[in-house]
Amino acid sequence: MKYMLMMNGPRDAYEQFGSWPQKDIEAHIGFMVSFSQKLTASGELISAEGLDAPTQAKVVRAGKDGKPITDGVFPESKEFLAGYWIVDVASPERAYQIAAEASAAPGPGGKPFNMPIEVRQVMSGPPETA
Amino acid sequence: MTFASLDRRAEQLLRDLAPQVLGATLRRFRDFAACEDAVQEALIAAAAQWPRDGVPENPRGWLIQVALRRMTDHVRSEISRRNREAVASEDVPIVVAPAVYAEPGIDPDDTLVLLFMCCHPSLSPASAIALTLRAVGGLTTAEIAKSFLVPEATMAQRISRAKQSIEASRIPFGLPDAAERAARLSSVLHVLYLIFNEGYTSSSGPSLHRTDLSNEAIRLARAVRTLLPDDTQVAGLLALMLLTDARRAARTGPVGELIPLDEQDRSLWDRDAIAEGVALVSTALSSGPVSEYQLQAAIAALHDEAARAEDTDWPQILALYGVLQQMSDNPLVALNRAIAIAMVDGPRAGLVMLESLDRDERLAGSHRLAAVRAHLLERAGDRQAAVALYRQAATRTTSIPERNYLLMRAARLSATS
Repeated sequence: MKYMLMMNGPRDAYEQFGSWPQKDIEAHIGFMVSFSQKLTASGELISAEGLDAPTQAKVVRAGKDGKPITDGVFPESKEFLAGYWIVDVASPERAYQIAAEASAAPGPGGKPFNMPIEVRQVMSGPPETA
Repeated sequence: MTFASLDRRAEQLLRDLAPQVLGATLRRFRDFAACEDAVQEALIAAAAQWPRDGVPENPRGWLIQVALRRMTDHVRSEISRRNREAVASEDVPIVVAPAVYAEPGIDPDDTLVLLFMCCHPSLSPASAIALTLRAVGGLTTAEIAKSFLVPEATMAQRISRAKQSIEASRIPFGLPDAAERAARLSSVLHVLYLIFNEGYTSSSGPSLHRTDLSNEAIRLARAVRTLLPDDTQVAGLLALMLLTDARRAARTGPVGELIPLDEQDRSLWDRDAIAEGVALVSTALSSGPVSEYQLQAAIAALHDEAARAEDTDWPQILALYGVLQQMSDNPLVALNRAIAIAMVDGPRAGLVMLESLDRDERLAGSHRLAAVRAHLLERAGDRQAAVALYRQAATRTTSIPERNYLLMRAARLSATS
Protein backbone atom coordinates (compact mmCIF):
# COMPACT_ATOMS: atom_id res chain seq x y z
CA MET A 1 0.00 0.00 0.00
CA LYS A 2 1.16 3.47 -0.85
CA TYR A 3 1.31 6.46 1.44
CA MET A 4 2.19 10.06 0.95
CA LEU A 5 4.16 11.59 3.78
CA MET A 6 3.86 15.35 3.74
CA MET A 7 6.18 17.66 5.55
CA ASN A 8 4.37 20.91 6.27
CA GLY A 9 6.15 23.93 7.56
CA PRO A 10 5.29 27.45 8.63
CA ARG A 11 5.44 30.21 6.05
CA ASP A 12 8.91 31.30 7.15
CA ALA A 13 10.30 27.76 7.52
CA TYR A 14 12.84 28.39 4.79
CA GLU A 15 14.17 31.54 6.43
CA GLN A 16 14.24 29.80 9.81
CA PHE A 17 16.17 26.85 8.43
CA GLY A 18 18.65 29.24 6.82
CA SER A 19 19.38 30.91 10.13
CA TRP A 20 20.43 27.71 11.91
CA PRO A 21 24.13 27.29 12.73
CA GLN A 22 26.14 25.66 9.94
CA LYS A 23 26.68 22.34 11.72
CA ASP A 24 22.94 21.99 12.38
CA ILE A 25 22.08 22.69 8.74
CA GLU A 26 24.73 20.16 7.75
CA ALA A 27 23.37 17.52 10.15
CA HIS A 28 19.80 18.05 8.92
CA ILE A 29 20.78 17.77 5.25
CA GLY A 30 22.98 14.75 6.00
CA PHE A 31 20.04 13.09 7.73
CA MET A 32 17.72 13.72 4.78
CA VAL A 33 20.25 12.35 2.30
CA SER A 34 20.81 9.12 4.23
CA PHE A 35 17.10 8.82 5.00
CA SER A 36 16.25 8.78 1.33
CA GLN A 37 19.13 6.37 0.60
CA LYS A 38 17.79 4.02 3.26
CA LEU A 39 14.26 4.08 1.84
CA THR A 40 15.63 3.46 -1.64
CA ALA A 41 17.70 0.53 -0.41
CA SER A 42 14.69 -1.03 1.34
CA GLY A 43 12.73 -0.74 -1.90
CA GLU A 44 10.03 1.38 -0.25
CA LEU A 45 10.67 4.77 -1.79
CA ILE A 46 8.52 5.66 -4.81
CA SER A 47 9.41 9.31 -5.02
CA ALA A 48 10.44 12.25 -2.89
CA GLU A 49 10.56 15.90 -3.76
CA GLY A 50 11.43 19.08 -1.93
CA LEU A 51 9.45 22.14 -2.91
CA ASP A 52 10.64 25.63 -3.60
CA ALA A 53 10.07 28.34 -0.96
CA PRO A 54 6.43 29.56 -1.01
CA THR A 55 7.40 33.13 -1.91
CA GLN A 56 6.86 32.44 -5.61
CA ALA A 57 3.79 30.24 -5.11
CA LYS A 58 0.66 31.08 -7.07
CA VAL A 59 -2.93 29.98 -6.85
CA VAL A 60 -4.33 29.39 -10.32
CA ARG A 61 -7.95 29.13 -11.44
CA ALA A 62 -9.41 28.94 -14.91
CA GLY A 63 -11.22 32.08 -15.99
CA LYS A 64 -14.39 32.11 -18.06
CA ASP A 65 -12.38 31.78 -21.27
CA GLY A 66 -10.38 28.91 -19.78
CA LYS A 67 -7.26 31.05 -19.49
CA PRO A 68 -5.33 30.93 -16.22
CA ILE A 69 -6.02 33.54 -13.58
CA THR A 70 -3.12 33.61 -11.16
CA ASP A 71 -3.17 34.95 -7.70
CA GLY A 72 -0.52 35.18 -5.04
CA VAL A 73 -0.95 32.75 -2.17
CA PHE A 74 -3.17 33.99 0.58
CA PRO A 75 -1.30 35.79 3.32
CA GLU A 76 -3.48 34.09 5.93
CA SER A 77 -2.14 30.62 4.95
CA LYS A 78 0.18 29.72 7.77
CA GLU A 79 1.31 26.26 6.67
CA PHE A 80 2.92 25.24 3.43
CA LEU A 81 3.92 21.94 1.92
CA ALA A 82 7.71 21.91 2.03
CA GLY A 83 8.25 18.46 0.58
CA TYR A 84 6.91 14.94 0.44
CA TRP A 85 7.79 11.27 0.18
CA ILE A 86 5.63 8.61 -1.45
CA VAL A 87 6.39 5.16 -0.04
CA ASP A 88 5.12 1.70 -0.84
CA VAL A 89 4.93 -0.24 2.42
CA ALA A 90 3.49 -3.45 3.85
CA SER A 91 1.31 -1.84 6.50
CA PRO A 92 0.06 1.53 7.73
CA GLU A 93 2.19 1.00 10.84
CA ARG A 94 5.31 0.94 8.68
CA ALA A 95 4.25 4.22 7.04
CA TYR A 96 3.81 5.80 10.50
CA GLN A 97 7.21 4.46 11.54
CA ILE A 98 8.87 6.06 8.49
CA ALA A 99 7.00 9.31 9.17
CA ALA A 100 8.20 9.29 12.77
CA GLU A 101 11.78 8.82 11.61
CA ALA A 102 11.46 11.77 9.27
CA SER A 103 9.87 13.82 12.02
CA ALA A 104 12.86 13.17 14.28
CA ALA A 105 15.29 14.72 11.77
CA PRO A 106 17.86 16.78 13.70
CA GLY A 107 16.91 20.39 14.33
CA PRO A 108 18.74 23.28 16.01
CA GLY A 109 21.35 22.04 18.46
CA GLY A 110 21.09 18.56 16.88
CA LYS A 111 17.95 17.76 18.90
CA PRO A 112 15.06 15.97 17.15
CA PHE A 113 13.07 18.59 15.30
CA ASN A 114 9.78 16.65 15.70
CA MET A 115 8.09 18.40 12.82
CA PRO A 116 4.56 17.21 12.01
CA ILE A 117 4.32 14.79 9.08
CA GLU A 118 0.90 14.28 7.55
CA VAL A 119 0.38 10.68 6.40
CA ARG A 120 -2.25 9.98 3.74
CA GLN A 121 -2.93 6.78 1.89
CA VAL A 122 -2.60 7.00 -1.90
CA MET A 123 -5.66 5.57 -3.66
CA SER A 124 -4.05 2.66 -5.44
CA GLY A 125 -6.04 -0.33 -4.23
CA PRO A 126 -7.60 -2.76 -6.71
CA PRO A 127 -11.33 -2.35 -7.41
CA GLU A 128 -13.59 -4.81 -5.59
CA THR A 129 -15.23 -6.99 -8.19
CA ALA A 130 -18.93 -7.60 -7.69
CA MET B 1 19.98 -2.40 -23.20
CA THR B 2 21.67 -5.47 -21.85
CA PHE B 3 22.29 -8.79 -23.52
CA ALA B 4 22.98 -11.44 -20.94
CA SER B 5 24.32 -13.87 -23.52
CA LEU B 6 27.01 -11.54 -24.81
CA ASP B 7 30.35 -10.60 -23.36
CA ARG B 8 31.07 -6.93 -22.68
CA ARG B 9 32.95 -6.35 -25.94
CA ALA B 10 30.18 -7.80 -28.08
CA GLU B 11 27.59 -5.84 -26.13
CA GLN B 12 29.53 -2.61 -26.60
CA LEU B 13 29.83 -3.43 -30.31
CA LEU B 14 26.06 -3.83 -30.58
CA ARG B 15 25.49 -0.52 -28.77
CA ASP B 16 27.88 1.29 -31.09
CA LEU B 17 26.38 -0.26 -34.18
CA ALA B 18 22.70 0.17 -33.24
CA PRO B 19 22.39 3.83 -34.34
CA GLN B 20 24.24 3.11 -37.60
CA VAL B 21 21.90 0.22 -38.32
CA LEU B 22 18.88 2.37 -37.46
CA GLY B 23 20.25 5.14 -39.70
CA ALA B 24 20.78 2.75 -42.60
CA THR B 25 17.26 1.35 -42.17
CA LEU B 26 15.68 4.79 -41.91
CA ARG B 27 17.52 5.84 -45.06
CA ARG B 28 15.34 3.37 -46.97
CA PHE B 29 12.11 3.36 -44.99
CA ARG B 30 10.57 6.45 -43.44
CA ASP B 31 8.62 4.74 -40.68
CA PHE B 32 10.61 5.57 -37.53
CA ALA B 33 8.75 3.26 -35.16
CA ALA B 34 8.79 0.28 -37.53
CA CYS B 35 12.48 0.80 -38.30
CA GLU B 36 13.29 0.87 -34.62
CA ASP B 37 11.37 -2.37 -34.11
CA ALA B 38 13.27 -3.94 -37.01
CA VAL B 39 16.60 -2.87 -35.52
CA GLN B 40 15.59 -4.24 -32.11
CA GLU B 41 14.78 -7.57 -33.75
CA ALA B 42 18.15 -7.57 -35.50
CA LEU B 43 19.91 -6.91 -32.19
CA ILE B 44 17.97 -9.69 -30.49
CA ALA B 45 18.86 -12.04 -33.36
CA ALA B 46 22.53 -11.10 -32.94
CA ALA B 47 22.38 -11.72 -29.19
CA ALA B 48 20.99 -15.19 -29.92
CA GLN B 49 23.25 -16.18 -32.80
CA TRP B 50 26.61 -14.53 -32.20
CA PRO B 51 27.48 -16.39 -28.98
CA ARG B 52 26.76 -19.64 -30.83
CA ASP B 53 28.22 -18.92 -34.30
CA GLY B 54 30.75 -16.24 -33.44
CA VAL B 55 30.67 -12.54 -34.33
CA PRO B 56 30.34 -12.25 -38.12
CA GLU B 57 33.16 -10.75 -40.15
CA ASN B 58 31.12 -7.67 -40.96
CA PRO B 59 28.85 -7.28 -37.92
CA ARG B 60 27.37 -3.99 -39.12
CA GLY B 61 26.48 -5.39 -42.55
CA TRP B 62 25.00 -8.46 -40.84
CA LEU B 63 22.76 -6.33 -38.60
CA ILE B 64 21.69 -4.05 -41.45
CA GLN B 65 20.81 -7.08 -43.60
CA VAL B 66 18.65 -8.55 -40.85
CA ALA B 67 16.96 -5.22 -40.04
CA LEU B 68 16.25 -4.52 -43.71
CA ARG B 69 14.84 -8.02 -44.19
CA ARG B 70 12.53 -7.44 -41.23
CA MET B 71 11.46 -4.10 -42.69
CA THR B 72 10.86 -5.67 -46.10
CA ASP B 73 8.65 -8.29 -44.45
CA HIS B 74 6.86 -5.53 -42.58
CA VAL B 75 6.29 -3.51 -45.77
CA ARG B 76 5.14 -6.62 -47.68
CA SER B 77 2.55 -7.46 -45.06
CA GLU B 78 1.45 -3.81 -44.91
CA ILE B 79 1.01 -3.80 -48.68
CA SER B 80 -0.98 -7.02 -48.75
CA ARG B 81 -3.11 -5.74 -45.89
CA ARG B 82 -3.80 -2.54 -47.78
CA ASN B 83 -4.45 -4.49 -50.97
CA ARG B 84 -6.95 -6.70 -49.18
CA GLU B 85 -8.68 -3.65 -47.75
CA ALA B 86 -8.58 -1.98 -51.16
CA VAL B 87 -10.13 -5.05 -52.83
CA ALA B 88 -12.76 -5.17 -50.13
CA SER B 89 -13.67 -1.57 -50.81
CA GLU B 90 -13.32 -2.14 -54.60
CA ASP B 91 -10.66 0.49 -54.72
CA VAL B 92 -7.67 0.42 -57.01
CA PRO B 93 -5.13 -1.94 -55.48
CA ILE B 94 -1.81 -0.43 -54.50
CA VAL B 95 0.98 -2.63 -55.70
CA VAL B 96 4.50 -1.67 -54.81
CA ALA B 97 7.24 -4.15 -55.44
CA PRO B 98 9.50 -4.21 -52.42
CA ALA B 99 13.08 -3.65 -53.40
CA VAL B 100 15.55 -6.44 -52.92
CA TYR B 101 18.58 -5.46 -50.91
CA ALA B 102 21.26 -7.93 -51.74
CA GLU B 103 24.13 -5.65 -50.75
CA PRO B 104 23.05 -2.95 -48.37
CA GLY B 105 25.05 0.18 -49.02
CA ILE B 106 26.74 1.26 -45.83
CA ASP B 107 27.27 4.87 -45.15
CA PRO B 108 29.28 5.79 -42.07
CA ASP B 109 27.41 9.08 -42.04
CA ASP B 110 24.19 7.30 -41.11
CA THR B 111 24.79 7.93 -37.41
CA LEU B 112 25.30 11.59 -38.16
CA VAL B 113 22.16 11.77 -40.29
CA LEU B 114 20.23 10.07 -37.49
CA LEU B 115 21.61 12.58 -35.01
CA PHE B 116 20.63 15.48 -37.28
CA MET B 117 17.16 14.00 -37.44
CA CYS B 118 16.76 13.43 -33.68
CA CYS B 119 17.98 16.94 -32.87
CA HIS B 120 15.87 18.62 -35.51
CA PRO B 121 15.02 22.20 -34.49
CA SER B 122 11.31 21.49 -34.95
CA LEU B 123 11.43 19.24 -31.86
CA SER B 124 11.32 20.67 -28.36
CA PRO B 125 14.64 20.27 -26.50
CA ALA B 126 13.03 17.73 -24.13
CA SER B 127 11.86 15.61 -27.08
CA ALA B 128 15.14 15.92 -28.93
CA ILE B 129 17.08 14.85 -25.85
CA ALA B 130 14.85 11.82 -25.25
CA LEU B 131 14.91 10.73 -28.88
CA THR B 132 18.67 11.17 -29.19
CA LEU B 133 19.33 9.06 -26.11
CA ARG B 134 16.92 6.41 -27.36
CA ALA B 135 17.78 6.23 -31.05
CA VAL B 136 21.45 7.25 -31.09
CA GLY B 137 22.53 6.45 -27.56
CA GLY B 138 20.71 3.12 -27.50
CA LEU B 139 19.43 3.66 -23.94
CA THR B 140 16.19 1.92 -23.06
CA THR B 141 13.12 4.02 -22.38
CA ALA B 142 13.27 2.84 -18.76
CA GLU B 143 16.88 4.04 -18.43
CA ILE B 144 16.07 7.45 -19.91
CA ALA B 145 13.00 7.80 -17.69
CA LYS B 146 15.09 6.98 -14.64
CA SER B 147 17.76 9.50 -15.58
CA PHE B 148 15.19 12.26 -15.88
CA LEU B 149 13.23 11.08 -12.83
CA VAL B 150 9.95 10.78 -14.74
CA PRO B 151 7.64 7.76 -15.00
CA GLU B 152 8.50 5.35 -17.79
CA ALA B 153 5.06 5.76 -19.43
CA THR B 154 5.62 9.53 -19.66
CA MET B 155 9.01 9.08 -21.27
CA ALA B 156 7.65 6.45 -23.69
CA GLN B 157 4.98 8.93 -24.73
CA ARG B 158 7.50 11.73 -25.15
CA ILE B 159 9.66 9.56 -27.39
CA SER B 160 6.77 8.31 -29.47
CA ARG B 161 5.48 11.86 -30.00
CA ALA B 162 8.92 12.96 -31.09
CA LYS B 163 8.99 10.16 -33.66
CA GLN B 164 5.55 11.15 -34.89
CA SER B 165 6.53 14.77 -35.33
CA ILE B 166 9.58 13.69 -37.32
CA GLU B 167 7.43 11.53 -39.56
CA ALA B 168 4.86 14.31 -39.93
CA SER B 169 7.51 16.91 -40.72
CA ARG B 170 8.69 14.94 -43.78
CA ILE B 171 12.28 15.94 -43.07
CA PRO B 172 14.24 14.08 -45.73
CA PHE B 173 16.60 11.43 -44.36
CA GLY B 174 19.95 12.67 -45.52
CA LEU B 175 22.66 15.12 -44.64
CA PRO B 176 21.38 18.70 -44.87
CA ASP B 177 22.99 20.86 -47.55
CA ALA B 178 25.96 23.05 -46.72
CA ALA B 179 23.83 26.14 -46.04
CA GLU B 180 21.64 24.36 -43.50
CA ARG B 181 24.34 22.17 -42.08
CA ALA B 182 25.87 24.70 -39.72
CA ALA B 183 22.52 25.55 -38.16
CA ARG B 184 21.58 21.89 -37.82
CA LEU B 185 24.95 20.95 -36.35
CA SER B 186 24.60 23.64 -33.73
CA SER B 187 21.25 22.21 -32.64
CA VAL B 188 22.87 18.75 -32.40
CA LEU B 189 25.66 20.17 -30.25
CA HIS B 190 23.17 22.08 -28.14
CA VAL B 191 21.22 18.89 -27.43
CA LEU B 192 24.43 17.06 -26.46
CA TYR B 193 25.38 19.99 -24.23
CA LEU B 194 21.97 19.87 -22.54
CA ILE B 195 22.32 16.12 -21.93
CA PHE B 196 25.74 16.70 -20.41
CA ASN B 197 24.49 19.51 -18.19
CA GLU B 198 21.47 17.55 -17.08
CA GLY B 199 23.88 14.86 -15.92
CA TYR B 200 26.42 17.21 -14.46
CA THR B 201 24.27 19.71 -12.63
CA SER B 202 21.02 17.70 -12.33
CA SER B 203 18.36 20.35 -12.69
CA SER B 204 16.09 18.32 -10.43
CA GLY B 205 16.43 15.80 -7.66
CA PRO B 206 18.57 15.56 -4.59
CA SER B 207 21.85 14.41 -6.09
CA LEU B 208 24.13 16.70 -8.01
CA HIS B 209 25.43 14.28 -10.61
CA ARG B 210 23.71 11.83 -12.83
CA THR B 211 26.89 10.35 -14.17
CA ASP B 212 25.17 8.13 -16.69
CA LEU B 213 23.88 11.15 -18.61
CA SER B 214 27.23 12.99 -18.59
CA ASN B 215 29.02 9.87 -19.74
CA GLU B 216 26.48 9.32 -22.48
CA ALA B 217 26.86 12.92 -23.68
CA ILE B 218 30.65 12.52 -23.77
CA ARG B 219 30.32 9.24 -25.66
CA LEU B 220 28.00 10.85 -28.22
CA ALA B 221 30.26 13.90 -28.59
CA ARG B 222 33.18 11.53 -29.25
CA ALA B 223 31.10 9.78 -31.89
CA VAL B 224 30.31 13.10 -33.60
CA ARG B 225 33.97 14.02 -33.48
CA THR B 226 34.90 10.76 -35.23
CA LEU B 227 32.44 11.70 -37.97
CA LEU B 228 33.50 15.34 -38.19
CA PRO B 229 37.16 15.30 -37.09
CA ASP B 230 37.92 18.75 -38.53
CA ASP B 231 35.04 20.64 -36.98
CA THR B 232 36.37 22.98 -34.29
CA GLN B 233 32.94 23.45 -32.64
CA VAL B 234 32.64 19.71 -32.08
CA ALA B 235 36.18 19.54 -30.70
CA GLY B 236 35.40 22.54 -28.48
CA LEU B 237 32.28 20.93 -27.07
CA LEU B 238 34.01 17.62 -26.38
CA ALA B 239 36.87 19.47 -24.71
CA LEU B 240 34.44 21.50 -22.60
CA MET B 241 32.68 18.34 -21.43
CA LEU B 242 35.94 16.57 -20.56
CA LEU B 243 37.43 19.57 -18.76
CA THR B 244 34.25 20.11 -16.74
CA ASP B 245 33.64 16.46 -15.97
CA ALA B 246 37.26 16.08 -14.84
CA ARG B 247 36.35 17.94 -11.61
CA ARG B 248 33.35 15.77 -10.82
CA ALA B 249 34.81 13.88 -7.86
CA ALA B 250 35.86 17.12 -6.16
CA ARG B 251 32.65 18.98 -6.75
CA THR B 252 30.49 17.62 -3.92
CA GLY B 253 30.94 17.32 -0.20
CA PRO B 254 29.93 14.58 2.27
CA VAL B 255 26.21 15.48 2.27
CA GLY B 256 26.06 16.07 -1.46
CA GLU B 257 26.51 19.83 -1.22
CA LEU B 258 28.27 21.80 -3.92
CA ILE B 259 31.93 22.67 -3.34
CA PRO B 260 33.02 25.80 -5.24
CA LEU B 261 36.01 25.67 -7.56
CA ASP B 262 38.36 27.54 -5.23
CA GLU B 263 37.72 25.12 -2.34
CA GLN B 264 37.92 21.86 -4.29
CA ASP B 265 40.57 19.24 -3.53
CA ARG B 266 42.39 19.45 -6.86
CA SER B 267 44.16 16.13 -6.31
CA LEU B 268 40.77 14.52 -7.00
CA TRP B 269 40.60 15.99 -10.50
CA ASP B 270 40.89 13.54 -13.38
CA ARG B 271 44.30 14.28 -14.91
CA ASP B 272 43.75 12.13 -18.03
CA ALA B 273 40.51 13.90 -18.89
CA ILE B 274 42.22 17.27 -18.37
CA ALA B 275 45.14 16.31 -20.62
CA GLU B 276 42.78 15.13 -23.35
CA GLY B 277 40.60 18.24 -23.06
CA VAL B 278 43.55 20.62 -23.09
CA ALA B 279 45.02 18.93 -26.17
CA LEU B 280 41.67 19.13 -27.95
CA VAL B 281 41.09 22.77 -27.18
CA SER B 282 44.65 23.77 -28.11
CA THR B 283 44.35 22.10 -31.51
CA ALA B 284 40.89 23.54 -32.08
CA LEU B 285 41.94 27.08 -31.16
CA SER B 286 44.88 27.03 -33.57
CA SER B 287 42.78 25.82 -36.50
CA GLY B 288 39.60 27.31 -37.78
CA PRO B 289 37.08 29.86 -36.56
CA VAL B 290 36.58 30.40 -32.84
CA SER B 291 33.32 29.06 -31.40
CA GLU B 292 31.62 29.64 -28.05
CA TYR B 293 32.24 26.06 -26.95
CA GLN B 294 35.94 26.46 -27.65
CA LEU B 295 36.14 29.64 -25.61
CA GLN B 296 34.30 28.06 -22.72
CA ALA B 297 36.58 25.04 -22.99
CA ALA B 298 39.63 27.31 -22.99
CA ILE B 299 38.36 28.97 -19.79
CA ALA B 300 37.74 25.55 -18.21
CA ALA B 301 41.27 24.53 -19.25
CA LEU B 302 42.78 27.57 -17.50
CA HIS B 303 40.98 26.58 -14.28
CA ASP B 304 42.00 22.94 -14.63
CA GLU B 305 45.64 23.76 -15.28
CA ALA B 306 46.05 25.81 -12.10
CA ALA B 307 47.69 23.68 -9.41
CA ARG B 308 46.12 25.87 -6.71
CA ALA B 309 43.13 28.24 -6.90
CA GLU B 310 45.45 31.21 -6.39
CA ASP B 311 47.52 30.18 -9.42
CA THR B 312 44.53 30.66 -11.74
CA ASP B 313 45.33 32.88 -14.71
CA TRP B 314 42.43 35.31 -14.16
CA PRO B 315 43.64 38.03 -16.58
CA GLN B 316 43.57 35.44 -19.37
CA ILE B 317 40.12 34.20 -18.26
CA LEU B 318 38.85 37.79 -18.19
CA ALA B 319 40.12 38.31 -21.75
CA LEU B 320 38.37 35.13 -22.93
CA TYR B 321 35.07 36.18 -21.30
CA GLY B 322 35.45 39.51 -23.10
CA VAL B 323 35.65 37.69 -26.47
CA LEU B 324 32.79 35.43 -25.47
CA GLN B 325 30.62 38.39 -24.52
CA GLN B 326 31.07 39.83 -28.00
CA MET B 327 29.83 36.57 -29.50
CA SER B 328 26.99 35.85 -27.13
CA ASP B 329 24.21 37.86 -25.59
CA ASN B 330 23.86 35.34 -22.76
CA PRO B 331 23.63 37.24 -19.44
CA LEU B 332 25.37 34.34 -17.68
CA VAL B 333 28.49 35.15 -19.69
CA ALA B 334 28.31 38.73 -18.41
CA LEU B 335 27.85 37.39 -14.89
CA ASN B 336 30.95 35.21 -15.19
CA ARG B 337 32.88 38.12 -16.62
CA ALA B 338 31.97 40.14 -13.50
CA ILE B 339 33.56 37.39 -11.38
CA ALA B 340 36.70 37.50 -13.52
CA ILE B 341 36.84 41.32 -13.20
CA ALA B 342 36.55 40.94 -9.43
CA MET B 343 39.45 38.48 -9.43
CA VAL B 344 41.63 40.80 -11.51
CA ASP B 345 40.64 44.30 -10.32
CA GLY B 346 39.09 43.54 -6.93
CA PRO B 347 35.55 42.77 -5.72
CA ARG B 348 34.36 46.39 -5.92
CA ALA B 349 35.04 46.48 -9.68
CA GLY B 350 33.02 43.28 -10.05
CA LEU B 351 30.15 44.70 -8.02
CA VAL B 352 30.05 47.78 -10.27
CA MET B 353 29.65 45.55 -13.28
CA LEU B 354 26.82 43.64 -11.58
CA GLU B 355 24.84 46.87 -11.32
CA SER B 356 24.47 46.96 -15.08
CA LEU B 357 23.05 43.41 -14.92
CA ASP B 358 20.30 44.43 -12.51
CA ARG B 359 18.44 45.89 -15.45
CA ASP B 360 18.59 42.64 -17.44
CA GLU B 361 15.12 41.12 -17.27
CA ARG B 362 16.46 37.64 -17.96
CA LEU B 363 18.34 37.77 -14.66
CA ALA B 364 15.57 39.41 -12.66
CA GLY B 365 14.84 37.29 -9.60
CA SER B 366 17.55 34.81 -10.60
CA HIS B 367 19.42 33.13 -7.78
CA ARG B 368 22.65 33.37 -9.77
CA LEU B 369 22.86 37.14 -9.70
CA ALA B 370 22.19 37.15 -5.94
CA ALA B 371 24.75 34.39 -5.35
CA VAL B 372 27.51 36.12 -7.34
CA ARG B 373 26.79 39.43 -5.61
CA ALA B 374 26.93 37.64 -2.25
CA HIS B 375 30.34 36.18 -3.13
CA LEU B 376 31.73 39.53 -4.16
CA LEU B 377 30.32 41.26 -1.08
CA GLU B 378 31.89 38.55 1.07
CA ARG B 379 35.24 39.16 -0.62
CA ALA B 380 34.80 42.90 -0.15
CA GLY B 381 34.28 42.32 3.59
CA ASP B 382 30.59 43.25 3.71
CA ARG B 383 29.53 40.13 5.59
CA GLN B 384 26.04 41.13 6.66
CA ALA B 385 24.93 42.02 3.16
CA ALA B 386 26.58 38.85 1.84
CA VAL B 387 24.72 36.64 4.34
CA ALA B 388 21.37 38.19 3.39
CA LEU B 389 22.03 37.68 -0.32
CA TYR B 390 23.25 34.09 0.11
CA ARG B 391 19.98 33.36 1.91
CA GLN B 392 17.97 35.13 -0.75
CA ALA B 393 19.73 33.11 -3.45
CA ALA B 394 19.05 29.92 -1.44
CA THR B 395 15.29 30.53 -1.50
CA ARG B 396 15.40 31.14 -5.25
CA THR B 397 17.45 28.25 -6.58
CA THR B 398 15.60 25.12 -7.64
CA SER B 399 18.64 22.89 -7.11
CA ILE B 400 18.77 21.20 -3.72
CA PRO B 401 22.61 20.79 -3.62
CA GLU B 402 23.00 24.42 -4.61
CA ARG B 403 20.51 25.57 -1.98
CA ASN B 404 22.36 23.57 0.63
CA TYR B 405 25.67 25.11 -0.42
CA LEU B 406 24.25 28.64 -0.25
CA LEU B 407 22.65 28.04 3.16
CA MET B 408 25.86 26.62 4.59
CA ARG B 409 27.87 29.48 3.18
CA ALA B 410 25.51 31.97 4.85
CA ALA B 411 25.61 30.05 8.11
CA ARG B 412 29.41 29.88 8.13
CA LEU B 413 29.74 33.56 7.37
CA SER B 414 27.20 34.67 9.97
CA ALA B 415 28.99 32.58 12.62
CA THR B 416 32.28 34.39 11.99
CA SER B 417 30.89 37.91 11.72
